[in-house]
Amino acid sequence: MTVATGARRAASPALERYEAVIGIEVHCQPKTASKLFCRCRADYDGAPPNSLVCPVCLGLPGVLPVLNRRAVEHVLRVGLAIGATIPAVTRWDRKNYFYPDLPKGYQISQYQIPLAADGRLVVETSEGPLTVRIRRAHLEEDTAKLVHADLDGRAVSLVDFNRSGAPLMEIVTEPDIRTAEGARRYAEELQLLLRTIGASDADMERGQLRVEANVSVRPRGSTELGTRIEIKNMNSFRSVERAIAHEIERQVAALEAGEPLRQETRGWDENRGLTYVMRVKESEDDYRYFPEPDLPPLRIDPAWLEAIRTELPELPAARRARYRDVLGLPPADAAVIVGDLEATALFETLLAAGSPPKAAANWVTGEYLRHRKGGSVPAERLAPARLGPELARLIALVEAGRLTLANAKAILAAHLEGGEAVETLAAGYERIDDAAAIERIVDEVLAANPAAVADVRSGKDQAVRFLVGQVMKATRGQANAARAEAAIRSRLGQADGAQGPTGPAAADQGPTDPAAADPGAEPSP
Amino acid sequence: MSGIRPAPSGADEELTRLGVGELGALLRRGEVTATQVALAHLERAERQNRALNAWLHLDREAALTAAGEADRRLAEARRSGSEALAACHPLLGIPVGLKDLVSVRGGPCTAGSRILAGYRAPYDAHITERLRAVGAVILGKTNMDEFAMGSSTEHSAYGPTANPWALDRVPGGSSGGSAAAVAAYHVPAAIGTDTGGSIRQPASLCGIVGLKPTYGRVSRYGIVAFASSLDQIGPFGRSVADAAVLLHAVAGRDERDSTSAPVSVPDELLALPDDGGAADWLRGRRLALPREYFVPGMEPGVEARVREAVAALEAAGAVIEEVSLPHTEYGLASYYIVAPAEASANLARYDGVRFGPRLGDGRDYVADYKRTRGEGFGAEVKRRIMLGTYALSAGYYDAYYLKAQKVRTLIKADFDRVFAAGFEAIVAPTSPTVAFPLGAKLADPVAMYLSDACTLPVNMAGLPGLSVPCGLSEGLPVGLQLIGPPWSELTLLRLGRAYEAITADAPWRRLEPSDLAALDDPATPTPAERLALARAAAAATA
Repeated sequence: MTVATGARRAASPALERYEAVIGIEVHCQPKTASKLFCRCRADYDGAPPNSLVCPVCLGLPGVLPVLNRRAVEHVLRVGLAIGATIPAVTRWDRKNYFYPDLPKGYQISQYQIPLAADGRLVVETSEGPLTVRIRRAHLEEDTAKLVHADLDGRAVSLVDFNRSGAPLMEIVTEPDIRTAEGARRYAEELQLLLRTIGASDADMERGQLRVEANVSVRPRGSTELGTRIEIKNMNSFRSVERAIAHEIERQVAALEAGEPLRQETRGWDENRGLTYVMRVKESEDDYRYFPEPDLPPLRIDPAWLEAIRTELPELPAARRARYRDVLGLPPADAAVIVGDLEATALFETLLAAGSPPKAAANWVTGEYLRHRKGGSVPAERLAPARLGPELARLIALVEAGRLTLANAKAILAAHLEGGEAVETLAAGYERIDDAAAIERIVDEVLAANPAAVADVRSGKDQAVRFLVGQVMKATRGQANAARAEAAIRSRLGQADGAQGPTGPAAADQGPTDPAAADPGAEPSP
Repeated sequence: MSGIRPAPSGADEELTRLGVGELGALLRRGEVTATQVALAHLERAERQNRALNAWLHLDREAALTAAGEADRRLAEARRSGSEALAACHPLLGIPVGLKDLVSVRGGPCTAGSRILAGYRAPYDAHITERLRAVGAVILGKTNMDEFAMGSSTEHSAYGPTANPWALDRVPGGSSGGSAAAVAAYHVPAAIGTDTGGSIRQPASLCGIVGLKPTYGRVSRYGIVAFASSLDQIGPFGRSVADAAVLLHAVAGRDERDSTSAPVSVPDELLALPDDGGAADWLRGRRLALPREYFVPGMEPGVEARVREAVAALEAAGAVIEEVSLPHTEYGLASYYIVAPAEASANLARYDGVRFGPRLGDGRDYVADYKRTRGEGFGAEVKRRIMLGTYALSAGYYDAYYLKAQKVRTLIKADFDRVFAAGFEAIVAPTSPTVAFPLGAKLADPVAMYLSDACTLPVNMAGLPGLSVPCGLSEGLPVGLQLIGPPWSELTLLRLGRAYEAITADAPWRRLEPSDLAALDDPATPTPAERLALARAAAAATA
């Protein structure tokens, strides 16, 4: 997950003398069926232009807003998840400005009393945990989208109102972040939180999560804030980190060269890897906020808030801690699973079905993610509700010693490819544990491979692996690899347990570990 | 100016003299059809609109379609028996007018502004749906001050409306078209909106009944907004009962307006007491007379009529005491912060992007906005947008908007105290003057604003207010204002009904607007021509 950063690349002495001060503003689309103030569908992504519109979201004369309660609940959910203060009564404000994508000439937003204030999010960074204070989270309506096009040779701007009035949650941090990596990690952790609590799909590529950064630099030790520069157009977590790292370098270089910085908005150019000026802020905009008279103040009923709190799922930080401290997973595995909602769901399904936590974690972080990222498995076969019970059965068979790890992996692959039940697939792959049967096959393999036998005898332990591989091949992977290896060593006069590097044998004896037994560790012909 | 009753031109013409109740009785009995009723009113309105300019659009086709549908419903009910007939809403088959800021699907909705020229509403306002549901016949849309900003209807981009009592005078505003249309017998009832007095003041100046309901009583969905926290929709009628019937049809909770209240609408609105019952009801009622409402600049004739009305109520058994509403004098100043502030945002959507004329070459959107809005809005609207924008600007918000809202709270507390002391209603003048000549106040906005000094505190407090005619001063109507606590419309209407009952025999009750005959004279100048003359005369004097 680490990204080569500009800051690290150019850790110049000048950079070392400065400290960056970063605040992050996130806009995300709460997961609602309809828009914030009308009943138009909110899933505008991909819809034909102006197909999801009505008089209300077109801002026609005479229309009035009606608040979407579900959108409010999502913000309250976020507020509770970040430990924010929720007001007893909130209200709506009009933010006034003119632009063709703003049909009413004002945006209904929240100015004085956000739905959530003073929260925090702790994120893990390479420098340890970072606590980011969140100043506020509020709800507002989205704008329409301008499309600049060529119409019969004429440059025109077209307005698509599908997005107009869609709900938008704005989450603003205090300037607590000091590194580009910290900013990326905050954004990633916030995305995970939003997804975990179901408040938003928070897909950056689909514009459901938009990250803007306010960056300034100051000499280390200074408590004054430098000139603040806003960065937009960062369309991935990677670009968040790259853009901020670049901006820190640019600002430091400017200050070192004695050039003053201007308060401005800059855009990130992903291809050129630099930021460029979008707009210079001469003065603070005057949005002439005032309370929205078309909506009564909203009372947050304590019972309502309590019901939302009760329904909150386990949050990512708590879940990671439980996986680590209670289930005994390595922190890295816990982070990988918790960082991926589907993986988490699969893992929880496995636990519920009785799979040992470590084995389940290995299967999820190893085979499951490998198959999912491979992209060739139909999504429905990977759905935790469907895959979970099958994988749990597979793990149980391995744990009971009835399947070898290699065959279990092959069975999973076959199941994902063809959809046949694990139980059916496993029928022909029962592990061969019988000593006599294994010895018989070992003898055949030794007889057929005199050169390898000679290598073993001359001390080349590698050859033992090759011979084990031949046994596995002869048994279509069904042989108990550990016993096969023991039999080979015994036949060739080596003491039991004197094997060197752990191979599949060790893996089969210890806790099942398909992740450790990756293809590199497989017996090779 | 005498009250000579002009000779009706025929039986159909006589239909236009009838009120909602009388027309309804004829329709139910099958003595006339809704189509006949609609045609009679349409023909009169079409014929006289040149001289009155009360209507911006008359939709004959839609009206006759609605009337035909009403006739079918009436026939069906008649076949089903007396119960089905009784269950029909009293507005079934009755022609009504709508102020031209009420959205009617497929129809124009200019709000009296050039900036909405050519716009056709793609949806029905809540009240339009309600009127269609009860079977009312919408004849058309009435003239108004642009975006309801004004007290004379002279700020309409489509020319002023004349007052049927004196065609060289204003009908009041901003709902002047609706008031004049009802007073001139073009419709028995009409819809207006009232943000600072825009129903009650024209009702007063045209000698008819007008009610501004409690804020939240009627859904604002589909009504072009002026000042959202003050706007209310209400009825005009020539009698209290007719206004009550129209209120009944349009009032009630609508989930599309979050500020509309879930308060039930009493069916008693449809059965206000008759003269005897109303007078009985009045006995012992405690009414308050606020001394601050007899403002400096009030015409002596107006004050005299209002005091006579108070005396008549007292003589009929009402208990009247003088009270104080000490913050009344701050009403105007605070209103002219709050209303323009909200308007400055509400009117931002008129940018030429989605509807209405767009001016400019499309190269620079800011330049296009400036031209579209600069030329699309009239002077008064621009004045208020600037006032409101200024009041909301950074650094001024606390001193103006916030302070005005605090004053608003004090104004409301004044009223609360009076009602908490056991008064059922407040009795006051509606307008400090009778109808003034066209052009008289156009050059002096503050003089125009003072027309609403007695009505706008009621909007600031969100209360219901009723204006009923209480006689003439110098041949022009005077209005009596009745103000009640929230949701007290029924009480106010009963009170108004009682006042009608105890003054039923007053000579002025038998008078009709004095200039009705002139409306049919092709030589009569249009209101716009009269205003131009008045302006020329004023310029010559200056």
